[in-house]
Amino acid sequence: MKKYRCKICGYIHEGDTPPDICPVCKAPASEFEEIKTENRKRFNREGNVYTILYASVIVVLVAVMLAVTAQVLGERQKRNESTDKKRQILASLNISSTNKTAEDLYNEYITASYLVDVQGQKTEGDAFFTKLDAVLRLPEAEQCYPVFEATVGGQKKYVLSMRGSGLWGPLWGFISFDDDRNTVYGASFGHESETPGLGAEIESAEFSNKFKGKHFFDTSGKFVSVAIVKTGKTVQGQDYVDGISGGTITSQGVDVMLKNGIGAYENFLKTNN
Amino acid sequence: MTEKDKLILFNPLGKNNPITVQMLGICSALAVTSKLEPAFIMAVSVTAVIAFSNLILSLIRNTIPSRIRIIVQLLIVAALVTVINEILKAYAYDVSKQLSVFVGLIITNCIVMGRLEAFALGNRPWASFLDGVGNGLGYAVLLVIVAFFRELFGSGTLWNFQVMPQSFYDAGYCNNGLMILPPMALIIIACIIWIQRSRDKELQEK
Repeated sequence: MKKYRCKICGYIHEGDTPPDICPVCKAPASEFEEIKTENRKRFNREGNVYTILYASVIVVLVAVMLAVTAQVLGERQKRNESTDKKRQILASLNISSTNKTAEDLYNEYITASYLVDVQGQKTEGDAFFTKLDAVLRLPEAEQCYPVFEATVGGQKKYVLSMRGSGLWGPLWGFISFDDDRNTVYGASFGHESETPGLGAEIESAEFSNKFKGKHFFDTSGKFVSVAIVKTGKTVQGQDYVDGISGGTITSQGVDVMLKNGIGAYENFLKTNN
Repeated sequence: MTEKDKLILFNPLGKNNPITVQMLGICSALAVTSKLEPAFIMAVSVTAVIAFSNLILSLIRNTIPSRIRIIVQLLIVAALVTVINEILKAYAYDVSKQLSVFVGLIITNCIVMGRLEAFALGNRPWASFLDGVGNGLGYAVLLVIVAFFRELFGSGTLWNFQVMPQSFYDAGYCNNGLMILPPMALIIIACIIWIQRSRDKELQEK
């Protein structure tokens, strides 16, 4: 059913066609115009019900989208993460690798991996998949730390893992030791969210190369760690490397991480020394 | 592309630059401009995020209840950035490692929210997309200029290549440590604003 309005007097006629003449002012059919009624009433977008519904729907949609993405891509991401960890371990042994070669190089160089407790005794467990951040939350007596043994150029190396905190988020790193379990053979550092160009520079080879040949024990065999100092400063009684200028807090974080992280292996490093 | 589209795309590069004229996104411009490389990565990702969030928001702009529009904008931006990061993590892990630091900075970048609120809510999708690209590029230009000066004088390098010759250092030249710190970025941005306004009288406030 359509509605027609008479343009002359405003009379409204209901029907499928306009009337032949207007019953009020006798105007002809051509003077009638159709009234277009909006088919659906305009939705009130400012009402509480609509607002709440809209919010719920969009939140659920986004949640589903994120969940699906995480599920679909999870497998690949895990593989990438483990490849990345292998590359970092290899980097601490001064072996450069690509995503493709990491797997093979890792199997070639790493000869054994195991966990050690605070006393330096080997214990049960898988070293590669040990999450150090979870381990560090346990009481000290129950903590076990991963050790990776490698053979590079016929020489035995030990790669130790550590974790600490920087300015914005976690830091981690691997230090490889010579067979004397005191001299640093190589190092690699990583971070989650340090400031690019400043703290994030700990990732660079320039920084980690400075650790080569440094000693974690002093001449009397006491654990002293390696200090990170401001460029130009020196420390007595222990080896030190220059920190990152402009990345003071990150540098301090690395300093603490070395002291605590490698300090946790003190007994392990002392055995066979 | 019409005249109006061109204006939307190119105005933010100069006369309506998001940093020097709209004064948006200054905090991230301070944080990531100590080296050229991170500045460039940040610029590219912000451009992509503004363009696509503008587009998505513009497509659904007529359905959004105005009382919760800011929350909806934030949700779209955050979801977009997270999904892109997840995809990169699976298919381009090295890129995502570089980018992970920036994710938080991109989501909270005021340019993104500013353009959504000021432009995408009231304009058609194509114009909104162009506005996003334009503002992203305007941001990129500024970031690269600031990072150029900071890296050159702060570290003596450009894109991690040594450009200051060793003979300078032998003659007693030192890298300027202040250049690496955020206050210097603010000073450089202020100088750029000064130059821009002295050349363009229209931008001067009375």
